[in-house]
Amino acid sequence: MNGELGWKVGGEQGEGIDSTGEIFAWTLHRLGYYAFAYRHFMSRVKGGHTNYKIRVTDRAVGHHGDDLHILVAFDQETVNVNWDEMVDGGIVIADVASGDVQHPETGNVHFCSIPLTGLAKESGSAIMKNMVAVGVTAAIVGLTPEDFLSVIEDRFKKKGQAVVDSNLSAVRIGYDYYNQHFSHHLQLPLRPVAIAPRHLYISGNEATALGALAAGCRVLAAYPITPATEIMYWLVKYLPEYGGVVVQAEDEISAVNMALGANYAGARAMTSTSGPGFSLMMETLGLAGISETPLVIVDVQRGGPSTGLPTKTEQSDLYEALYGSHGESPRIVLTPTTIEECFRFAVEAFNLAETYQCPVILASDLYMGMSKGSIDSLDTSSVQIRRGKLVTQSELEGVSRGEFKRYQVSEDGISPRAIPGQKGGRFIALGNEHDEFGSEMEDQSMRVLQMDKRARKLQSFHELSGASVSGPKDAQITLVGFGSTRGVIDEARTALMQQGLIVAHVQVSVVAPFPADLIRPYIAGAGTVLAVEVNSRGQLADQLRLQLGYHEKIQSCLKYDGDPMLVKDIVKRAKEVIAVGSVN
Amino acid sequence: MAVLTDFKGEKPTWCPGCGDYGVLNALQRTAVDLGLDPEDMVVVSGIGCSGKLSAYFGSYGLHTIHGRTLPTAQGVKLANRDLTVLAAGGDGDGFGIGMGHFIHAMRRNVDITYLVMDNHIYGLTTGQTSPTSDPGFVTKTAPKGAVEFPVHPLSLALSAGCGFVAQGFSGDIPQLSAILKRAIQHKGFSFVNIFSPCVTFNKQNTYEFYKSNVVKVDDDPEYDSANLGLAMAKIEQTQSIVTGVLYEHNRPTYEDSVPNYSKTGLATAQHVLTEADFERLLTQFQ
Repeated sequence: MNGELGWKVGGEQGEGIDSTGEIFAWTLHRLGYYAFAYRHFMSRVKGGHTNYKIRVTDRAVGHHGDDLHILVAFDQETVNVNWDEMVDGGIVIADVASGDVQHPETGNVHFCSIPLTGLAKESGSAIMKNMVAVGVTAAIVGLTPEDFLSVIEDRFKKKGQAVVDSNLSAVRIGYDYYNQHFSHHLQLPLRPVAIAPRHLYISGNEATALGALAAGCRVLAAYPITPATEIMYWLVKYLPEYGGVVVQAEDEISAVNMALGANYAGARAMTSTSGPGFSLMMETLGLAGISETPLVIVDVQRGGPSTGLPTKTEQSDLYEALYGSHGESPRIVLTPTTIEECFRFAVEAFNLAETYQCPVILASDLYMGMSKGSIDSLDTSSVQIRRGKLVTQSELEGVSRGEFKRYQVSEDGISPRAIPGQKGGRFIALGNEHDEFGSEMEDQSMRVLQMDKRARKLQSFHELSGASVSGPKDAQITLVGFGSTRGVIDEARTALMQQGLIVAHVQVSVVAPFPADLIRPYIAGAGTVLAVEVNSRGQLADQLRLQLGYHEKIQSCLKYDGDPMLVKDIVKRAKEVIAVGSVN
Repeated sequence: MAVLTDFKGEKPTWCPGCGDYGVLNALQRTAVDLGLDPEDMVVVSGIGCSGKLSAYFGSYGLHTIHGRTLPTAQGVKLANRDLTVLAAGGDGDGFGIGMGHFIHAMRRNVDITYLVMDNHIYGLTTGQTSPTSDPGFVTKTAPKGAVEFPVHPLSLALSAGCGFVAQGFSGDIPQLSAILKRAIQHKGFSFVNIFSPCVTFNKQNTYEFYKSNVVKVDDDPEYDSANLGLAMAKIEQTQSIVTGVLYEHNRPTYEDSVPNYSKTGLATAQHVLTEADFERLLTQFQ
């Protein structure tokens, strides 16, 4: 079994698929396992195929896995869509409520037709078919119905003990039915003996929102959009506990400008969005750049262009994050590679925005944002709040009103910053080119001084290393990714090494300023470089070529069909490019 | 106590005779009269001749992008509710590109004051039709005369639930100053539309036109600014050529309505989570 189990439940959207997955995942997580859950869903409220995949492992992973061992199918389409993912010896549980479910003759799969809905009706209500399915699963993998009790209680105790009891009883009915009628069993991985004190089951969006709260962000201005809305939900719940506020703006233009205004006034504020909203924010990126106002924008990327694939993952906003908006101004682009990094980078985004007085774009994606995974720590003790060159009232002592040089041409390109309410710090933040005091002007030499000053400020960037690297510098093939693909690339690397190849892995977590010095040796020394990206143009590969050169050895492994990258996609492409390379 | 010179910023570069001088003067007088401190005030301005107001007024300022004064100003206020926050722009900025924000700012009712310097024309870009241009008004972009129905800011504000709706004229500084005083003191979003003639590009909506046509609500002893119906009727009767406070009604501000929102300026406090906070927050993930 290789230390893991892939389980999936599928059916029509709106019939409780997510809650079935959640109950299973939470239970395993609490038992000490590691769960990683990926939701496949559509942009509609009811109907259409949806599924919830959970990979259970004995260690933390960053991927939902290629393989499926158990499939719970509430309809025919679930069988059709997911059959190819089944491993040999896998088990399909098919609800026979909607008549006989057919299945292909391919593969060595145990097909078990079970009246999940019928059994649920017997136990009180058809909606409990999900709990019956959970019970069936428990029987297959050697768990007991009681293992699910704590999660069932948490979910249903508000509705009363009777509801808890009937749900648990539905689990028992499914459990008993399977044991009476079938004998195929699959093993869970070995249960970890010690559970870490901070064994957390959390999504990238939740970790991002928590990071923002920890950073002292007290204003979120946002407009609802999949897959970023969960950040808003989380902060709507918790910001008020700390005196803060979530404003649901009328559109994303309003949202980003509210965030800018709040930052200008000295609070920490952000906006969270996805591609279409991010496109609307472009003009304000330039305003934040020239007015040197801190600004944090979270872009949870989804399939584009335009409305594109609203419920599918993609990493195609990189060009936009790097180059969107007219004119030239500095910006920082962070692409967290793990759930822990979503937290850490969210904290750091606010520190960097204030240190460098420029926009910081925290670009995750649907896969990172909405998938939940078990992790063993979230380093809250190293959270720091650094506000850069924000002046104190005592530093303004003796400065007469109108004398404060907000845009002082400084060596490091960063100027002292005052906030409204401070005496002696009066200045105008503006989108026009300006002199050192913030007065609009068109003097050529001052224009050049100010442009160069702003361009210079990121030269001292040092807070984040920008990439994680593993393997030798002179690998046969070096896999390069950014953001959410860290887990899948890491596993592909292991698979390729098991086939005797020498493989390195570079995962970029800061795209701007680009960590060229750190990455260069891994590109220079590699036989072949394979840039792995969930987009169609190879936007990261373009950055590698632009920043480092080595055009001849950079190849791409691309996916943009809406599904997340799989290990086998990378392994297949890596073997192709190595074969071509060896012929040359 | 701040004096008039404390509210002077850069030397204005508006055309001689521009209505915007009157707005600036009235605002400076108002600030002195209210005993405000220029460094506890922020003027957020948009793009256009009116957008220069933030630089010419002596407070902190944010000269933002076209049409986005209101979201930006609301952001400033939400970051620090102890500040006096004004948004200022023109008819193009507010009723053209920024119209969406105008309606929603009135619904939201954040405690800021919005001044629109309405000259019925795009001035800084040297004379094109604006959303408040009169039908038939000839401009560079409407050489045969404007064909679109103009925006009616006052009736729009009343129907959007705005709690303070007024109109002033930059040729009557004492009245404008009195209006601005009430607007700034009003708790909640206050809107003041100001006839601010463009002496260079608009030969139709001139000082003379307003001086001879404007009706002042204060001259009507029967007028009651708490009565929405009277306000609507007055606007209708005068074809909007009316000045004074047309409507004032207090309803809870956004800041006072949002659950648990800080009673003091967020920007002036430390926001650090303790390990106990983290333990509590992380329980939901365990």
